[in-house]
Amino acid sequence: MALRVGCAAPPGRAHDNKTGSWRVFKPIFKYEQCVKCGLCEVVCPEGCVYEREDGYYVADYDYCKGCGLCAEECPVDDIEMVQEEK
Amino acid sequence: MMEILEGSHAVAEAVKRCRPQVIAAYPITPQTHIVEALASMVADCDLDADYICVESEFSALSACLGASAAGSRVYSATTSQGLALMFEVCFNVAGMRQPVVMTIANRAMGAPLNIWNDQQDSISLRDSGWMQFYAEDNQEANDLHYIAYKVAENHDVLLPAMVCFDGFILTHTYEPVDIPTQEEIDAFLPPYQPVNVLDAKNPMSLGMYATPDYYMEFRYEIEEAMKRARKVFAEVGAEFGEIFGRDYSGMVEGYRLEDADIALVAMGSICGTTKDAIDEMREDGKKVGLLKIRSFRPFPSEEVKAALAGVSKVAILDKNISLGQKGAVALEVKDALYGTGTEVLDYIIALGGRDVRKRDIRAVVDLAEKGIGDQFYGLRTEVL
Ligand code: SF4
Ligand code: SF4
Repeated sequence: MALRVGCAAPPGRAHDNKTGSWRVFKPIFKYEQCVKCGLCEVVCPEGCVYEREDGYYVADYDYCKGCGLCAEECPVDDIEMVQEEK
Repeated sequence: MMEILEGSHAVAEAVKRCRPQVIAAYPITPQTHIVEALASMVADCDLDADYICVESEFSALSACLGASAAGSRVYSATTSQGLALMFEVCFNVAGMRQPVVMTIANRAMGAPLNIWNDQQDSISLRDSGWMQFYAEDNQEANDLHYIAYKVAENHDVLLPAMVCFDGFILTHTYEPVDIPTQEEIDAFLPPYQPVNVLDAKNPMSLGMYATPDYYMEFRYEIEEAMKRARKVFAEVGAEFGEIFGRDYSGMVEGYRLEDADIALVAMGSICGTTKDAIDEMREDGKKVGLLKIRSFRPFPSEEVKAALAGVSKVAILDKNISLGQKGAVALEVKDALYGTGTEVLDYIIALGGRDVRKRDIRAVVDLAEKGIGDQFYGLRTEVL
């Protein structure tokens, strides 16, 4: 991204800030017990959980900050937070 | 046209001729007469501007920031504690590269509460990304507003500017001031052409969040704009001189420096007293001169070095102190003269409105001749 004077940016440029690098724990979606309730998508404060074509959910790891809310709220414990090696 | 005007009213007349579209300010001594006069002009339809009444200086500068981002030429004025309350917004205005022009009626910082003059308020904002120009008299205070807008709005610069003039000593003093006509200023200062404009039809964010991947580059760009501002100031100051006969092409100005052995360095109204004292000392055979600093940000290090090349001693009159170090002007001058071997002595003087007379300037020169410096001048030791 080329800089514009005064840090001016059209809508959507927050995409350029890939916050995935902030993560310490990574949510692993196991798809063992998942009931496709979509709660993980609703609670993710980053808005980075999305529904795949098969109806299961996954995080966009470019932006997932690893806060763990999805794992905490998943009613069937189908998301596991795993420490990431970098 | 030559008029006898109070300093504040001379500034208000200058601001009026710059045609700001939005004014937001909060009254505070000794800035009050400026914004009072502007409010009257707006109320009387002498000035076609929106005057936004706000509840604090923080809001005043925030309103200016928003209006500037929407493409307007804007104006504010403040001093001392009011400027301190703007601290956060000052950095935002500079970071968003909005060419806001603001008058600072220089006043001491509390505590203790003091409404009188020194330059601690604006000096404390030296790192905020605002240009800072200091006026010696009311004519210069008037003229620097036209120049400040033109430099700030130049697309090679796009930085805000503070025009600083000493509270009470200038703001409340009547002097003859040659005020350009509206037509002359319209020709000199065309309407502001913004680069990025807030517009609902073409949405945009300003001052966006920048991660460690981008932040440093934005700071670098501000510094580069400051560097370019030196050249733009010289060009605009020279152009003003050609039209109006008062040359502001120099970010510094020498007085009887040519053959001087000792140079005083100062900013603002104290330069007038200093020049008179120099004339007297010259009659006594002392080779003394003055270097006036007109632009403190950007700081004209090269010009300072060139102007002081021939002197053996420099005595700085600092109306501020960077507590725990020394006066801010001395630090800059020392940096500019590093490696030249010129002795630089600092005098913290005239804080909180302490009067400076010609004999005080002479006393400073006497001290400098003896090599005594880097100290407060004029302390009342009997109360310590
Ligand atoms: S919250 Fe758990 S069960 Fe619900 S969709 Fe997400 S992973 Fe599946
Ligand atoms: S860990 Fe946090 S940021 Fe990442 S997907 Fe889950 S809720 Fe979203």
